[in-house]
Amino acid sequence: MSRLNEENVALAHEIISRYPRKKSALIPLLHVAQEQEGHVTNEAMEHLAELVGVTPAEVLGTASFYEMFKFEPQGKYMVNICTNISCQLVGGEELLHHAEKTLGVRPGGTTEDGMFTLEDVECMAACTEAPCLQVNYRHEYRLDNSDFDKLIADLRAGNRPEIPDHGTLGAVRQHIPADRMAGIESPETAGTPAWFASRTAQSN
Amino acid sequence: MATNAYVPHAAGYVDNEGVKIVSSRFPYEDSYTLERSLATGGYEGMKKALRMAPADVAALVKDAVLLGRGGAGFPAGVKWGFMPPVWPRYLVVNGDESEPGTYKDRLLMERDPHQLIEGCIIACYALGLNTCFLYVRGEMPVAQERIAQALNDAYDAGLVGKNIDGTDVSIDIVLHWGAGAYIVGEETALIESLEGNRGMPRLKPPFFPAAKGLYLKPTIVNNVETLANLPWLMINGSEEYKKYGSERSPGTRMLAISGHVKRPGVYEVEQGKVSFRDLFYGENYCGGITDDNDLKMFIPGGGSAPWFFEEQLDVLLEASEVGPAGSMLGSGAIVVMDETTDAVRACLRVVRFFARESCGKCTPCREGTTWEEKVLQRILDGHGRPEDIDLLLEIGANISPGVYPVAAHPDSGLEAVPFPPKQTTICPLGPSSVAPITSAIRRFRSEFEAKIANGSASEETHELSGTSA
Amino acid sequence: MTATENTEPESPEVDPGVPFTLNGVELHANEGELLISAAERHGVHIPHFCYHPRMTPVGMCRMCLVEVDGGRGPSLQPSCMLPVTPNMIVNTESEPTTKAQDGVLELLLINHPLDCPVCDKGGECPLQDNAYAFGPGESRFVEEKRHYEKPIPISDLVYLDRERCILCDRCTRFADEVAGDPLIHFIDRGSQTQVNTFPEHEFSSYFSGNTVQICPVGALTAQPYRFAARPWDLSETESTSMVDSTGARVALHSSQNRLVRIQGVDSEATNWGWLSDKERFIYEATDSPDRITEPLVRDGSGEPVRTRWNSAIKKAVEALTTASDPRRIGVIGGARLTLESQYAWAKLLKGLGAIDNIDAQLGDGLPADVVMGLPKATIASACAPGGVVVLLGADPKEELPTLYLRLRHAVQSDGVSLIEMSPRQTSFGASVAARLNPLPGSAGQIASALADGMVGTSIGGISSGELTTAHELLTSDRPVTIIVGRGNLAESADVVVSAIAALRRLVPNATFLTALRRGNIHGALEMGLTPGYLPGGRPLGTALAGWEMAPPSAGLDAEGILRAAAQGSLDTLVLLGADPLRDFPDHTLAAAAFERVGTVISIDSFLTASTDRADVILPAAMFGEVDGTFMNLEGRISPVQAKVTSPGQAWPDWMIAAEFAQAAGGDLGFGTLAEVRADISASVPAFADVDWETEGASSDGSVVETGGSIELSLTETAPIPPADDYGLRLVVDRKLWDNGTMISSSASLGDLVDDAVLTLAPADLERLGGQSGQEAQVSIAGGDSHPIVVKADGRIRPGVAHIPFGVNGVQAQELLTAGEPVVDVRVQV
Ligand SMILES: Cc1cc2nc3c(=O)[nH]c(=O)nc-3n(C[C@H](O)[C@H](O)[C@H](O)COP(=O)(O)O)c2cc1C
Ligand code: SF4
Ligand code: FES
Repeated sequence: MSRLNEENVALAHEIISRYPRKKSALIPLLHVAQEQEGHVTNEAMEHLAELVGVTPAEVLGTASFYEMFKFEPQGKYMVNICTNISCQLVGGEELLHHAEKTLGVRPGGTTEDGMFTLEDVECMAACTEAPCLQVNYRHEYRLDNSDFDKLIADLRAGNRPEIPDHGTLGAVRQHIPADRMAGIESPETAGTPAWFASRTAQSN
Repeated sequence: MATNAYVPHAAGYVDNEGVKIVSSRFPYEDSYTLERSLATGGYEGMKKALRMAPADVAALVKDAVLLGRGGAGFPAGVKWGFMPPVWPRYLVVNGDESEPGTYKDRLLMERDPHQLIEGCIIACYALGLNTCFLYVRGEMPVAQERIAQALNDAYDAGLVGKNIDGTDVSIDIVLHWGAGAYIVGEETALIESLEGNRGMPRLKPPFFPAAKGLYLKPTIVNNVETLANLPWLMINGSEEYKKYGSERSPGTRMLAISGHVKRPGVYEVEQGKVSFRDLFYGENYCGGITDDNDLKMFIPGGGSAPWFFEEQLDVLLEASEVGPAGSMLGSGAIVVMDETTDAVRACLRVVRFFARESCGKCTPCREGTTWEEKVLQRILDGHGRPEDIDLLLEIGANISPGVYPVAAHPDSGLEAVPFPPKQTTICPLGPSSVAPITSAIRRFRSEFEAKIANGSASEETHELSGTSA
Repeated sequence: MTATENTEPESPEVDPGVPFTLNGVELHANEGELLISAAERHGVHIPHFCYHPRMTPVGMCRMCLVEVDGGRGPSLQPSCMLPVTPNMIVNTESEPTTKAQDGVLELLLINHPLDCPVCDKGGECPLQDNAYAFGPGESRFVEEKRHYEKPIPISDLVYLDRERCILCDRCTRFADEVAGDPLIHFIDRGSQTQVNTFPEHEFSSYFSGNTVQICPVGALTAQPYRFAARPWDLSETESTSMVDSTGARVALHSSQNRLVRIQGVDSEATNWGWLSDKERFIYEATDSPDRITEPLVRDGSGEPVRTRWNSAIKKAVEALTTASDPRRIGVIGGARLTLESQYAWAKLLKGLGAIDNIDAQLGDGLPADVVMGLPKATIASACAPGGVVVLLGADPKEELPTLYLRLRHAVQSDGVSLIEMSPRQTSFGASVAARLNPLPGSAGQIASALADGMVGTSIGGISSGELTTAHELLTSDRPVTIIVGRGNLAESADVVVSAIAALRRLVPNATFLTALRRGNIHGALEMGLTPGYLPGGRPLGTALAGWEMAPPSAGLDAEGILRAAAQGSLDTLVLLGADPLRDFPDHTLAAAAFERVGTVISIDSFLTASTDRADVILPAAMFGEVDGTFMNLEGRISPVQAKVTSPGQAWPDWMIAAEFAQAAGGDLGFGTLAEVRADISASVPAFADVDWETEGASSDGSVVETGGSIELSLTETAPIPPADDYGLRLVVDRKLWDNGTMISSSASLGDLVDDAVLTLAPADLERLGGQSGQEAQVSIAGGDSHPIVVKADGRIRPGVAHIPFGVNGVQAQELLTAGEPVVDVRVQV
């Protein structure tokens, strides 16, 4: 049973309430589903379809468009090595080769112990700190082969507690207290904000 | 502050001399907290704006000629003026930064989220809308955490949400996060994505966001850096703003210089005052090419931009100079490549990016970029055929008909063809894949020919890892 | 607008449209018209794949790029997304245009398999055609093509070959935008993009076959058509679907005298090119082993024995003429006949035989005077932008699916507001403007309250808010169309009539669509196959040459006929393509009737439950085998055409009627189809001017006035019986896939019939202590218990139990009692 658990259903409802249309919440909700299981399961997609009022095919259509959603179990740590141009120039591809050899997997593969999934990825906005990689989307900069080996050793040894398991995005979430919310309305019913009307009238 | 100080807690940022419009708080270790923001003038610009009439705020932005920092460089004030008098309307903040080499919005979001939030409120106020979505690239959890915390604090402090700063003005800012798709940075694709769909661009016309955007309602999409300028602008006014930068491009830009330079980094630089040469060789900036090698080529504005060479070193860093010279300043991403660089390999790498990131909507882009990648890979693998070089150009011409923008090359009599390229596609992603091909083949055709002639001899050394997605 | 400046001075009121130049010729486009369609109208074809005139353009394939100068110099623009603007200069033949089109084609072909010789689409494939017309001869793509598992079934009816797909978004757009069943979707991204379903979720849409028709390549194929024929030995004829009363226009395709395919024809008036899968695939029944191909007469042992036409007819005519009184003869059916055959039978029975116990409806329709006499709307007027539609009938998706697509488009895209007064929630779902699903029996009461403006409080469980919205919509000055039908077979037609009466009081100008589902039912009533009327809606007694024998007073309807039979007062029962044993709502009554009736004569194309009981069985030619005319629910007539010859000795029904007349020593006055038509034109004023021969020239046919001079006086008073302590009031309605003769006889459709499930409101199921999915017992007072699976469904109102009619498992007709205003059932878990 990998539908959203009770806590995540509550979270899903909170997220949905921040959008004028439910379907807009789909990508954040897919992240919630991925956080719960480490990947996005079919059952979770069916559940999300119910929550936002679309078909499972539509959920899959959206989910499969985006690189970060994985539909099969992944390693605990996703190691994404950038090989795009800025990194390529200063050794990104060589780092990837080293990683392939060290971990014994090709990009897309997961080590047998389920610890690491290696990915060969596009620019991760750290180009000046190349070659670089992300572990579960946390950056590591200017790595040479021995830095990489140390990183892997640290991860295996549990020395990087600040890096959460694969699937967890920001550890801090937005919460809008009900009494602080200006109010999200459906595009069909929302109109001109009262303050804008009155202030515009005043200035004329 | 110090010249060229490397700021460890703001990795990548280089604190050089000169005016700081958007990066002034970066040197503070706690620059992202509400306390630091408030202690250093945070939210003062917003408070000032809230005491003005919305139309006056918009007029000020227009007067300042605040050019969009997302790539196209369109003046924000003019874009805002395109909104028809229809409500509801939305502001969508483009924080999907994914252009190869580009790397400044992430710093702005991680290092000073309150500045961005303040900018959003100012824009919402000027535009008369009460719902703003802040779309942050999925692979940037730290930016998301910082913004989430900043929003939570700002809501608690009455700076966002209901009755902002005790006034009647109420505006919500919703943090939204993506999930990995470069094309979603394109504004109509961003809107599709925000509607929960596949991030496939819409055709403009009819879907100009300012008129028919999110939920087909008027929507302004602005880049993070564009909005981050607003607090300073509100406090100091447009006249003061225009004192920096050039007449056509006032203010500063955050430029990321990567690749073969001694001091790569993100610099806040006045527009139109500095040339590429100053930037690469100047002591206040990158301090020269790695190992004092010769420059071979450079990309002046992100992976999508045609390449520049030595002859373009003295072009000034502003859109109106770079465009006529045959490329674009784009998103402020400069990639420097020295003489050791293999032009074919570099070309393949950039093309491969576009092939992997094509949304798949347009036939020329979907099929063309993939084909380009396959042919280039084959050449690099040592199985190239002499006709492949022209084939590459012809596939490119199917995606971008006519003569592709190119930098002048006095030696071969090549004149500059100004930006932008023509396109058979919906959005510029497909045509962007043609930039490295035409740039590299026109300048380094002999390198392609050599690879083809040498055949499989070069296979070992040039193998690219991995499989394309 | 500059358009007006160009207007000729003599005709200032005629707007010539938007001036533009196409390949050097000055032309005009309609306001807002897309360049691609304006060009097509002016005879310039722009190649395209993703564009489809009935769907929102997406500009994906880029095949339709042409050089356009809108004032700022020429550039390549997708003509499928570009409305013509004044003085636009367009060149579809310039070098940049052809280069761009060649380029797109080359790119589309690089991954497309070269399996045209074995592809269903080979020979009629736009990609193939364009490749011959424009494409480069040889591929410059030397790399390996994209590979996928070859055709995968995505539903019972449709196969998908992703290697052939060119990602035009037509099927997926259709599923989402037109059908509202987004069950197929683009999955993955970029060059990996593919169309697919969600794992384990079929593309189960009533409209799935349309995707096969609009797929511009052979990626989607129809299971029934796969390998059935090659395009070059197909021949094609336009016709009108007789599957339901929408009258969708179709093209019949045959190969070697077999129907192998039906495709939708784009009729502006009716189906816009779309078909339901029932309309599309029902042709399979023509080849069914259940076809009756020879006259059969039951011998002394009770076995049907092949015989010759003349002896079978002799036997039938004997049974008719030896009946002691025409009132001891009953005739049921006729809705599947062409107008011409209906007229011939009506004339035979009424005009020669003095029989008026004739009913083409089977107790599941509405009174004939209501059907013929209400002021009629057209589909187009009902769907016109900005109108209000009241749905006082069944879910049109189940009964009249192509009409549903038109209505859905109107509601989704054209600002039409829908007030739902059907007995349960329909497929319009959340897009209805006001939801008033009355409890069985109470539609009249709700409508009266609306008419009286009593909307301040909730009535019969319907909230004041919904009532108020409905009232506002009905009293606004927007045009109102009321769609009436029998949404609940467990409720008498009087309830619907009373609601109609009240709504007419509130909206006197409202027009109506009578949504009766049976194919040519409107023609049948108009031609006189209903008690009390001569053709043209004229009451018995009207003087009409050739019809002098018609009785003076009205005979019995289907229920009356069956009752008479059950009481032993019917000597002969004639079935005109009717199967009351399966189709009449009250099965107990139908069974009793067949038990006691004298001779049964069945004229039919298929062996059915009822033919099993017939003494004389005469083979009728069916749809696809006969020429004739169809009348749809608007009163629109359009031609039905023969494409193949009938198997064995089946005859057209009108010819059988003429033979009957002759055998009885009479003469109907016609011996050819043209003569039947002339007779109709002569005796039915509304048909006086019909030009039968050219009626087929336009796909839209033409609307004729129905109902003659019927003056309706309807009463609003239908008493609502109090609920008994059985508690749940029954709603029984039809599903598209049921055990009807045609579906059961179609190889691919029979399996689509669902099992019966009783649905009820979640609160009711909870109150009964039941679980969704468990088996329960359902019964009516004094009746047997029937086991049935129960499910909770939030769309069912509390107090209601819903069972579909004619599906597998429990037969709802076992629970129905003809003549009762409502039926209450007990459900025991
Ligand atoms: C393929 C493509 C990718 C883009 N990516 C980004 C991006 O990551 N961030 C961004 O701000 N703008 C991006 N843009 C530009 C946006 O479409 C849009 O012009 C910009 O967000 C507008 O903001 P501005 O006016 O403030 O610059 C991209 C455009 C294209 C065509
Ligand atoms: S050019 Fe490429 S990325 Fe842009 S819309 Fe077309 S297919 Fe998508
Ligand atoms: S038909 Fe216009 S882009 Fe496909």
